[in-house]
Amino acid sequence: MFVLSLGMGNIAFSAEPIKVGVLHSLSGTMSISEVAVKDATLMAIEEINAEGGLLGRRIVPIIEDGASDWPTFAEKAKKLIWKDKVDVVFGCWTSASRKAVLPVFEKADHLLFYPVQYEGLEASKNIVYTGAAPNQQIMPAVTWLLKQNKKKMFLLGSDYVFPRTANLIIKAQLKAEGGTLVGEEYTPLGHTEYSTVINKIKAAKPDVVFNTLNGDSNVAFFKQLRAAGISAEDIPTMSVSIAEDEIRAIGADNLVGHYAAWNYFMSMKTPENETFVKNYKARYGANRVTDDPIEAGYFGVYLWAEAVKKAGTTDVAKVREAVKGISYKAPEGLVTVSKINNHTSKLVQIGKVRSDGQFDIVWTSGKVVEPDPFPALVSKKKVLAPGKIVDE
Amino acid sequence: MEVFLSQLFNGLSLSAILLLVALGLSITFGIMGVINFAHGEYLMVGAYTAYVMQRLSHGDQTGISFLLALPIAFAVAYLLGLIVEKLLIRFLYGRPYESILATWGLSLILQQGARSIFGANNVEVTAPHWLQGGIQPLDGFQLPYNRIFILSLAVFAVAGMYFYVNRSSSGRRMRAVMQNRDMSACMGIKIRKVDSLTFAIGSGIAGVAGCAVSLLGSIGPSTGQNYIVDAFMVVVLGGVGSLSGTIAGALMIGLTNPLFEYVTTSSMGKVIVFTLVIIFLQWRPSGLFAIKTRALD
Amino acid sequence: MTKTILHFLSGGKNAFSFLIFCAVLLVLPLVLSDFRLNLLGKFLSFAIVAIGIDLIWGYTGILSLGHGVFFSLGAYAMGMYLKLQSESLPDFMMWSGLTELPWFWKPFSHAWFALPMAVLAPVVLAVIIGIPTFTARIKGPYFAILTQALALVFSILFIGQQPYTGGTNGITNFQDVFGYSLSEPSTMRGLYIVTAIILMLVFLFAKWLVSTQMGRIFIAIRDGENRLRFLGYNTTLFKVAVFSLSACLAGLAGALYVPQVGIISPSMMGILPSVEMAIWVAVGGRGNLAGAVLGTLAVNFAKTYLSETFPDSWLYFQGALFVAVVLLFPQGIIGLLDRFRSGHGRAALRKKAPAPVARG
Repeated sequence: MFVLSLGMGNIAFSAEPIKVGVLHSLSGTMSISEVAVKDATLMAIEEINAEGGLLGRRIVPIIEDGASDWPTFAEKAKKLIWKDKVDVVFGCWTSASRKAVLPVFEKADHLLFYPVQYEGLEASKNIVYTGAAPNQQIMPAVTWLLKQNKKKMFLLGSDYVFPRTANLIIKAQLKAEGGTLVGEEYTPLGHTEYSTVINKIKAAKPDVVFNTLNGDSNVAFFKQLRAAGISAEDIPTMSVSIAEDEIRAIGADNLVGHYAAWNYFMSMKTPENETFVKNYKARYGANRVTDDPIEAGYFGVYLWAEAVKKAGTTDVAKVREAVKGISYKAPEGLVTVSKINNHTSKLVQIGKVRSDGQFDIVWTSGKVVEPDPFPALVSKKKVLAPGKIVDE
Repeated sequence: MEVFLSQLFNGLSLSAILLLVALGLSITFGIMGVINFAHGEYLMVGAYTAYVMQRLSHGDQTGISFLLALPIAFAVAYLLGLIVEKLLIRFLYGRPYESILATWGLSLILQQGARSIFGANNVEVTAPHWLQGGIQPLDGFQLPYNRIFILSLAVFAVAGMYFYVNRSSSGRRMRAVMQNRDMSACMGIKIRKVDSLTFAIGSGIAGVAGCAVSLLGSIGPSTGQNYIVDAFMVVVLGGVGSLSGTIAGALMIGLTNPLFEYVTTSSMGKVIVFTLVIIFLQWRPSGLFAIKTRALD
Repeated sequence: MTKTILHFLSGGKNAFSFLIFCAVLLVLPLVLSDFRLNLLGKFLSFAIVAIGIDLIWGYTGILSLGHGVFFSLGAYAMGMYLKLQSESLPDFMMWSGLTELPWFWKPFSHAWFALPMAVLAPVVLAVIIGIPTFTARIKGPYFAILTQALALVFSILFIGQQPYTGGTNGITNFQDVFGYSLSEPSTMRGLYIVTAIILMLVFLFAKWLVSTQMGRIFIAIRDGENRLRFLGYNTTLFKVAVFSLSACLAGLAGALYVPQVGIISPSMMGILPSVEMAIWVAVGGRGNLAGAVLGTLAVNFAKTYLSETFPDSWLYFQGALFVAVVLLFPQGIIGLLDRFRSGHGRAALRKKAPAPVARG
């Protein structure tokens, strides 16, 4: 078999294919965000296959639908690990789904690549976090706002763990860096009536609204905010869950002038990004856009592939060792997996929405920021090595 | 004061949406004893119609495409309602329990259908420019045009229903069937025909509601799900099959919800309203405007 | 009670099928992979809910669309216990800024408190809801929609109280159950066996119950409640009783579900799972306890199989399945089986299906 593949060049694959799991919500409320990440993950896999695969073997993705339901995520994770015996899983979006699969991955001592920014306070040795930790998105955004003299902040979020924990960090930051909290509001996921919340915001007269709403709710909030006659000049918002893909559904008109903090923007001018955007559009349609989680889902596959190459095997334990310190030149620039906490060091940027739905980058950290999943402001814990968390 | 007025207005506009969704639900429930869980999907179909119309008109600035979308959404949802009635609902008359299951299945199919056709992502409808902005009668108190538009849409729909039910002969037949099915059949009313017409009209109104909510929120495969439970609450609160009951139910939920939301939080506001509905039903088990009957079973 | 059960077990074809079914359930751990067995264990706990729903819906004619709440209350009680076994202060409380365990969590660190609470809490809620509701004679679709509102209220409440309930995440990441590590396959097998045995006992109990006079009253409530009232029966009392009993079974099922699945979140509490639970019973065949169990297993296997095989389009099949069951096999799987076996005098069973609800 091996000899055969040598004889036939790159494209014929030797031995058994490498099975990898892709676990995202393809149905239910979260599918609006997760389907695009699944697409990017599949694109990376096919690119690697087209280049001759990994270790001369073809990568075969096994796709499962988490159905926006956390216990289902746990069930499908078990299925991928125990039944399909995949070598790695790429997936999850919400913190709730990650928390649901975390014990599955830890008990099986397996490996998950998680592509979305999140609230931190976690560092499992079985998860590689390719999205931002709080100090790579939320905290720099708050500091930047305070520097712009936007001191009075209104916190608006969906009612679940990410916004609540993020706001905990922001509140600690406001106290430490000299801002004031003028209001805090949580709405259920999928909430569509924001007129009351908007009235509360008006009454509180904030300089800026820090927005951690997720999913559909953003559409309703921004449409209704605009209809209520409040523009970005009156009260700007800073969002951490709105990327190019969401802007399409909200309508760029409703968002012009508002801010978002991310590590990647589609409008970035790196050669890697230009190729990435071109390929993504060629594959999924010219009207599709890329954004931060899509990009993180994409380069996660490459980080894993680099680790497999370094380890010379797909064996989970060895790959997990090899992934520490691995780098890849991603569309956003060079990303490196931290040896200490399995998060990724990344560039931090703040963008202002343009009328074409893209971002003008108004601030960038200039160099990559090392991830710190346990910000000292809210946590006394410290990570010594992946999975090894101690109280300070 | 501005806050109070503005909350009042928000309440009215929420009531208007709930009313548009609940109208059809109330009729199908009242006239056929069918609990239609797929009703929210007609709303979704209406919203997607507005989206498709916008796409077809290629950056039309006048907003005519949106106005056109209203009757077209009605027609599309009406037709879909007719088809669904013929294929599925007519087997479920008087079987509310089975209808829950079957329409639940239907709702899954329609949602997945939307996902296959339009993709899993939400799509966007831009309000025509004359619906953007609003009147500002007081400083810091703006009445958005889109909400005024939705309110007038609801008033129009209710007026239309009222005249249809009370003045037209086919509406009278509908009312007769609703009040006493067997007797109407004996009097020579083709109740099957009335049923399918009624169902289709209810679906059509939900389609129009879909256009309305496309001005306020997102359009995606599960858009309908956001409104269906609230709409059911309106129906049971108001009393099944009664136009005035549905209006009263929509106003009660629509006006109280923003009020509680303002003094507590969005989550708690909803919890309080629903708990009050549950408690209220203990007192008036068949809702505010129950159709009076002497029958026991 | 033992008499009836012995009578049932010694009597003919049904008993034979039951014993075969039990034997299969107990042999499966030797055959199935750990993953499939774990899945089956979950389905068996669902089957316990289904039996409870069949008692109240199939036999008594009251459809509750709020059983997800009862199920979850049981599951949360168990989850709180399991969580406190692995951490003295649950992780989500720390994120939410709590530094001390809330008072109502404290007793849940003891199994003797948590386990009874898993069935008692649902019963108490069912009684609180049931007494006024049934006294006010709320019935039919009204009751269904009312319980649906209940499901919504509870899921919003649980999501909103993150410091105390874990919010949307729910409670997850358990280590041990009664000293056995949850990562051990043998623990999983043990949990499966326990679930299977409890399911059999619940089944026999329900079988016994419907054969008693009480069971007959349930059916009478379904078929003609007013006549029963005129005969002097206090139907409210019986309705509260059957509602509480089915809530109790749901709670029990929830408690068995949690250690096997490893997570309980408000998503099990909302309207969707509650409707699905009713669908299991309908697919199996209402008013037939074996049907409830078979329906649960069939729907869940179909769901798992379809979503694994067609991750992008499985909802079409699931939707079509529900429509088809209602249109083509209104008596569910059991009705279908009966049609195959008709001529054996079992066609009479079909009459058991509830009559359409008449409207005034």
